[in-house]
Amino acid sequence: MSDVYVVGVDMIKFGRFPERSVPNIGAEAALMALDDAGLSIKDMQAMYCGNLGQANAMVGQRILQEIGQTGMPVVNVANACATGATAFREAWMSIKAGMYDVVLAVGVEQMGKGLLGGAGNSDGIPKEGLLGSGTMPCVFAEAGMEHAKEHGTTFEQFAKISVKNHHHSTMNPKAMYQIETPLDDVMNAEMISYPNTKLMCSVNVDGSAAAILVSEKKAKELGMARAVKVRASAMASDPYTDRDLVMPDVNACTRLAAKDAYEQAGVGPEDINLVELHDCFATAEMLHYENLGLCKDGDAGKMIDEGHVELGGRVPVNVSGGLLSKGHPLGATGIANIYEICTHLRGEAGKRQVEGAKIGMTHVIGLGTACGIHILEKNS
Amino acid sequence: MWRNVTESRPLPVVDYLKIPEKGEPYLEGYRCKKCGAIFLGERNVCSKCFARNEMEVIKLSDYGKLHSFAIVYRSFPGIDVPYVSAIVDLEGGGTIKGNLINIDPDPDKIKFDMPVKLTYGDALGRKDKEGNSYLSYFFEPA
Ligand SMILES: [Zn+2]
Repeated sequence: MSDVYVVGVDMIKFGRFPERSVPNIGAEAALMALDDAGLSIKDMQAMYCGNLGQANAMVGQRILQEIGQTGMPVVNVANACATGATAFREAWMSIKAGMYDVVLAVGVEQMGKGLLGGAGNSDGIPKEGLLGSGTMPCVFAEAGMEHAKEHGTTFEQFAKISVKNHHHSTMNPKAMYQIETPLDDVMNAEMISYPNTKLMCSVNVDGSAAAILVSEKKAKELGMARAVKVRASAMASDPYTDRDLVMPDVNACTRLAAKDAYEQAGVGPEDINLVELHDCFATAEMLHYENLGLCKDGDAGKMIDEGHVELGGRVPVNVSGGLLSKGHPLGATGIANIYEICTHLRGEAGKRQVEGAKIGMTHVIGLGTACGIHILEKNS
Repeated sequence: MWRNVTESRPLPVVDYLKIPEKGEPYLEGYRCKKCGAIFLGERNVCSKCFARNEMEVIKLSDYGKLHSFAIVYRSFPGIDVPYVSAIVDLEGGGTIKGNLINIDPDPDKIKFDMPVKLTYGDALGRKDKEGNSYLSYFFEPA
């Protein structure tokens, strides 16, 4: 099987674009990725497009209606917050399978404002606030409190994650926000679901990201200077755990995918130079330090207290600003993460550059549950 | 003269809440005879061990302990906040989610593993389109 390389990747600056259409937002990133690769839409042999909000409305084909209707096969995918990673992974698989040499993956989302999740059932009466809360800030607060129960993790430690990611985003011009949020501001912000305050919740934004994946043969033809090798592409659904039918389990699923990813890549957590992981809430990021093996179980609090996950630390996490400050356009997030890692591996990340980065990891998780992990390596 | 007496009984808020003609309401679980996994709601196949047609119907306990929680300050419009959203492990197995009531919504007052008891009561006055009342369950400190 051929190795797979990313030769073009980009994302738009995340923001709010209510006046634009979903395909129009996606088309912009697709064109940027093509330009980054120095390729034309005519060179693409297939397209995988990730979007949630219009999952039944042929977003991929509508993007091509804006940028070039070549007749190539298009597959639209939806997989909750793992949607973008799924589109990327399907593109990777199609090259692995030997079907194609050059494939386009796009992720795009246009978000409404307000709370995600927990919409009432159509029959009977609404259950929100009656049988607990199905809102995402609450679901991830409950997951964080489980960690607090087992390891004594504090509200302040969770809040520090948000301080870190907001700080990182001040160095990322493509993030939604570039504002410092000191610890007091984070802890005293409006409480949404304890222990997640408003500044500990990801930002609903519109956005898109795209990548051009190619076979090794094609990469050599195009020139390897900026090519990034995909060392692993792993995906897992939630294995049975005792509570997962009432408490979505983001831990078991991530551990399963991480194990697979490390095995595929033949590397361990100690080899990873930076990580973009799914900080949909500050409480979630804490869990994934352990789930991804970046530290021992129970040491996640220390990771943030001792600065190991900051830019300049042992394994910087979410130097893009993460979903907390860069923003979280659901279907685009999984490819925007890949853009961030590739940018560091190419040495093009400017002020937030992780010096000497050779291997990076992306992680997304969509409740329901889907976990996607990619390990990417600088071409040497 | 014959008179139609329709006593208006509340409907269960979820299908695993059972309201017997006589006696107290309770929660019903489906337990896999092969592996012991407990599920809420009727099913024939076990998603843990994949056994088919090995499910038995059980009555879940009204007692348990608090596994995890969150204090909800922002919910959908019209819903009273703050309230405690709680995950409870029941004695004898099964985990359910609901509101923890009769406790201050204060993280210092709510203790992990604290014993809780199920209570049953009207679903906070919520009615469906036909005007039916519902019976729900809640947790309170035991
Ligand atoms: Zn079973």
